Amino acid sequence: MYKIVLKKKLNPTVTLMDIHAPLVAAKAQPGQFIILRVDEEGERIPLTVADYDREKGNVTIIFQIVGATTRKLDEKNEGDSIQDFVGPLGRATHTEGIKKVAVVGGGVGCAIALPVAKKFHEQGTHVTSIVGFRTKDLLILEDEFRAASDNYIVMTDDGSYGEQGLVTNALEKLIEAGEQFDEVITIGPLIMMKFVCAVTKKYNIKTVVSMNPIMIDGTGMCGGCRLTVGGETKFACVDGPEFDGHLVDFDEAMSRGGMYKEFERHAYEETCNLFAQKA
Amino acid sequence: MANMSLKKNEMPVQAADVRNKNFQEVALGYTRETALDEASRCLNCKKPMCIEGCPVGINIPGFIEKIRQEDFEGAYDVISISSSLPAVCGRVCPQEKQCESRCVRGVKGDPVGIGRLERFVADLHNANKSTENLTPKQPTGKRVAIVGSGPSGLTCAGDLAKKGYQVTVFEALHTAGGVLVYGIPEFRLPKDIVKGEIEGLKNLGVKFETNVVIGKSITVDELFENGFEAVFIGSGAGLPRFMNIPGENLKGVYSANEFLTRINLMKAYREVNDTPVMRAKKVAVIGGGNVAMDACRCAKRLGAEEVYIVYRRSLDELPARKEEVEHAMEEGIIFKLLNNPVEILGDDTKSVCGMKCIEMELGEPDASGRRSPVEKAGSEFVLDVDCVIMAIGTSPNPLIKSTTEGLEINRKGGIVVNEDGLTSRNNVYAGGDAVTGAATVILAMGAGKTAAAAIDKELSK
Repeated sequence: MYKIVLKKKLNPTVTLMDIHAPLVAAKAQPGQFIILRVDEEGERIPLTVADYDREKGNVTIIFQIVGATTRKLDEKNEGDSIQDFVGPLGRATHTEGIKKVAVVGGGVGCAIALPVAKKFHEQGTHVTSIVGFRTKDLLILEDEFRAASDNYIVMTDDGSYGEQGLVTNALEKLIEAGEQFDEVITIGPLIMMKFVCAVTKKYNIKTVVSMNPIMIDGTGMCGGCRLTVGGETKFACVDGPEFDGHLVDFDEAMSRGGMYKEFERHAYEETCNLFAQKA
Repeated sequence: MANMSLKKNEMPVQAADVRNKNFQEVALGYTRETALDEASRCLNCKKPMCIEGCPVGINIPGFIEKIRQEDFEGAYDVISISSSLPAVCGRVCPQEKQCESRCVRGVKGDPVGIGRLERFVADLHNANKSTENLTPKQPTGKRVAIVGSGPSGLTCAGDLAKKGYQVTVFEALHTAGGVLVYGIPEFRLPKDIVKGEIEGLKNLGVKFETNVVIGKSITVDELFENGFEAVFIGSGAGLPRFMNIPGENLKGVYSANEFLTRINLMKAYREVNDTPVMRAKKVAVIGGGNVAMDACRCAKRLGAEEVYIVYRRSLDELPARKEEVEHAMEEGIIFKLLNNPVEILGDDTKSVCGMKCIEMELGEPDASGRRSPVEKAGSEFVLDVDCVIMAIGTSPNPLIKSTTEGLEINRKGGIVVNEDGLTSRNNVYAGGDAVTGAATVILAMGAGKTAAAAIDKELSK
């Protein structure tokens, strides 16, 4: 069992937790992920590492309540434990030799983009962070991002904070204004990453995306996380989760991500009903 | 006087049209009377060929003799000298290709039902065992790390623990057992049996650490830094293979590993478990091995109306255990032999809506001695299915080799070992599918056993 040592609501649907998992904390790197199971009957879900404290042996995860499992996880409190927590899995973000980077995050994806921005910042890379949210109330990790960026830009769909528009608008504006990025890293909804890649492709800027497909074991055994990258089948768990965004077949990834949509909707409603009855 | 009946005693099974709707064990095992009757068919040959056919060299006539004397615990002890997992092997070994294929009674009539007798002895022992407190031999004070808790790892762990080593088994998943837990279905190998075998090892002092991925959470080198004096890698077969035909990433295409893991490890067939699995109407399973048989029979049990095995060779070449093929046929699985998929077809939601196949015929024998299948020109047809499961093997897992310097790997990605199971690194041994690629439980056990003996020899120096 793995103890929840800290729980913090970042916005109404996004929660941060520090989990005591010394083995994972000792090794975790930005870009890697863990797999957890909330309880004995739970499914295994992958979550990208948001932060880690090697001394205390804690790993930070940040998740959005999107389905039954994240709902069940969100019901847990500080002091409770979760059944399983394994990692770190996947490859770490490659940061060497990059002088100027744009980190583009969308929604809860910003939680995963933050450690990447931090790692770049710490090694002296010039970091421009562009984060996008639907509206101001959903904004997360602003202070942390500011601290890890040389330039921090917030975009909201409704203009309630920062600038109105999409992250792609801000990115393109910067590029048009003459910013020379060695690399763009984008983490967020598939559709956002797809459009970020469309922009950077136009300007021929290397772009890395972080994929978060359906997974079971996370060690290369099940093949459920497979993607088409440059016409080849790749496994996100061992070959990724980061890939060259210009080579990823996003349409296929979006379709595969929806494989259990009906089941998930049903499970989510049932879980909500269950918690409503208990309350 | 030996029982000269030419027929092997049948093992009672659940009726086919009942069992293909549930996940309970299919074969129910011999009774005491049938076991005694079957045991009396053994001629106790002076030169027992059956032992040579067993990858772990069980004294087969020896344990059968004990059954005849109604000393069932004695029979168990004889098996235990060579095998750590008798209840498992009695169920999943391809006996018809191993011990039973060498049995002299098989020359005229059926061979002795060695596997069924092994199972009987192990089940009786497990049902009656008191909480054993097996004290291992004099502790050596030396620690050995085992990577992976599948058949090779468990065997290696058991043998070393019995010799007094302090053994820790590291497992990447949340439950110990490896392929015995995530791969082989409940109806063929009840998970309580695997659990029982693991409890037995715990009683011997073996420690199990689940949720630890060696190569990621801890590297092989760090195991040595942490005081382990030898490491055995039994990490199993890794990445599932696909055919590289169009449509393999459509919704509704599974690797057998994924499909079986959802069902066996995650128990997706039970209402209370959160893991989803597709409940398809018409399913095609590609391949002809044990994994393919397990997958098709699971699909049937999940309620599929039609389930096909699509295999490019003929019935004689099916690599699966004979009993599994027979059981699958009885359960209503349709065998599309001498057929090969060429494309998986998708609808506008990118879900599987059919599979284009081509008929095959057997040509000249290939390097393996098997007649290689050749496409029949113009024989393409579409099989109406909404789910396709690829059970065509796996390639070794890259996690350990990518983080262990100096570990030699062969062209296919398997770990290179010598006849003792020793790798290119000092005190690092390996065995099972991580070395051979997808093979059988018993071969993996044999490798675990060989390595355990070699580790003991090395560390006793």
